[in-house]
Amino acid sequence: MPVLSESEDNNVSETISINDVKHIATLARLKFDDTAAEKIKDDLNSILGYVDKLNELNTDDVEPTSHTLDICTVTRADEVKPSLSNEDALSNAPSSGNAHFKVPKVIE
Amino acid sequence: MSILNKNIKELADGLASKEFSSAELTQFYLDRIEKYDDEVKAYNYVNENAINQAKAIDEKRSKGEDLPQFAGIPVALKDLLITKDMPTTCSSKFLEGFKPPYVGTAVSLLEESGFINLGKLSMDEFAMGSSNENAAFKQTRNPWDTEKVPGGSSGGSAAAVAAGLAPFTLGSDTGGSIRQPASLCGVVGMKPTYGRVSRFGLVAFASSLDQIGPLAKSAYDSAALLSVIGKHDAKDSTSANVEQKDYTKDLTGYVKGIKIGVPKEYFADGLSPDVKTAVDNAVKKYADLGCKLIDISLPHTDYALATYYILATAEASSNLGRYDGIRYGRRAEADNLRDLYFNSRTEGFGDEVKRRIMLGTYVLSAGYYDAYYIKAQKVRTLIKQDFVEAYKKVDAIICPTSPTTAFKAGAKTEDPIQMYLSDVYTLSLNLFGGCGLSVPCGFDSDGMPIGVQLMGNYFDEGLILNLAHAFEQATDFSRIPEKLKI
Repeated sequence: MPVLSESEDNNVSETISINDVKHIATLARLKFDDTAAEKIKDDLNSILGYVDKLNELNTDDVEPTSHTLDICTVTRADEVKPSLSNEDALSNAPSSGNAHFKVPKVIE
Repeated sequence: MSILNKNIKELADGLASKEFSSAELTQFYLDRIEKYDDEVKAYNYVNENAINQAKAIDEKRSKGEDLPQFAGIPVALKDLLITKDMPTTCSSKFLEGFKPPYVGTAVSLLEESGFINLGKLSMDEFAMGSSNENAAFKQTRNPWDTEKVPGGSSGGSAAAVAAGLAPFTLGSDTGGSIRQPASLCGVVGMKPTYGRVSRFGLVAFASSLDQIGPLAKSAYDSAALLSVIGKHDAKDSTSANVEQKDYTKDLTGYVKGIKIGVPKEYFADGLSPDVKTAVDNAVKKYADLGCKLIDISLPHTDYALATYYILATAEASSNLGRYDGIRYGRRAEADNLRDLYFNSRTEGFGDEVKRRIMLGTYVLSAGYYDAYYIKAQKVRTLIKQDFVEAYKKVDAIICPTSPTTAFKAGAKTEDPIQMYLSDVYTLSLNLFGGCGLSVPCGFDSDGMPIGVQLMGNYFDEGLILNLAHAFEQATDFSRIPEKLKI
């Protein structure tokens, strides 16, 4: 089990800058105010500093694992089966009308 | 014998022989929820129809109708299992009030077997956490000491069983989320092999790691529940096409000659002395029972936590992209579509969920994908190979479930990595994909429960359940906290 120093004592290099945080937040469709962005930056730098240990391992000749069991691609016959009714599918929509989900206007 | 002490077979027999009715049994648990849940805070939602469903089964029974095996027995569900006619919130403000229009496969299999759903149990938001403190509505506490956390993310599922607020429950385990809270609450919790239980209707966290499993007072109850939900399902393309079986038949209690590996990496620095003593004693107990204990090494153990937190957050950032505020869940005020996405997600998600989405988005982003995500997938291969090699020599692996017993609420909330370390002994198994369970093996100096973990090869649930069963027969660590006994 890894032994960690207290995070405030960690001299973590700044892998992620505040501009990186803003860029990632935009990709993730999240907003952070300045205080929260600083906190996220520190947290991410601390975590990335920790995961950097993976670079101790030489993995040049190792295949990546995306899925643990050897399951073949599953196919099925193209048969029509019952699915959710329009009413059920819209039952949790915050806004709907005319059998559709409603969103703010996209095209002027 | 009190209802609290009965196992699933005794409950089924008691109903069949009309020793008690399903309505009485259900009311017994509803009364306990009423009495104790203000303190334990396990339930996000109590099913108001449970008693009527129980009465309907009693009526069918009185007419002599054929009933399924477990008709009229209550169960409760982690609040990320999709259920109809009641909310599924994942303990997130984003899904407050969400009532899914369909039922997930595991829940549907429970219903077909006649179980009565008592309600939905609190959890860390979207299953991200190890203490239940990331729950948006109810931060479940440990029934053994309500100043302390129950573990997580299936904290409500573990606490409900420990407090006798349900005879057994279902949870989900992505990096230890069934086994760690089971250990901290003194119950049995099992993560089946990846692919054993359908994930259809399990709200996704990290799809290559998530698995539904039972939490219960005994290996026997866990085996019975797994027998019901462990079925191939065409609705989940990762569901393994293996035969459904009755795991209770594996519980012979005979374990002589079974080879159990003791991995040295799991007994190193950072393990609390009380936990180490209890787990060492469990190892000795298995030797007494005739098992062969063999020292083994899982050399890449030290890299599992880093690997896990890259892969799980990457998958989570992708899976949680679906929460857009349009089709279901929270929608924030916004003048345009772009702001609608930003505002809905920013208002709806809690801090830990945002932190993980951010980390996952970063490791998948252009320029960092190879350095972090592909690198972690490669190390996952090495971790998996450690287990593959180990299972050439041994039948099962024994180790602690969590490095500590339950800690005080608030003790680790400021330091994400310290919190993540609660799962350091459980998450390797998810990366490998095999099965594992935690079974109570003692108490620390404060009287808090300790669990020992048994890890098995792919689809070897029967073997580790039998090992747990044999251990239970030889020990006496499963109990309800004194103050919660009626």
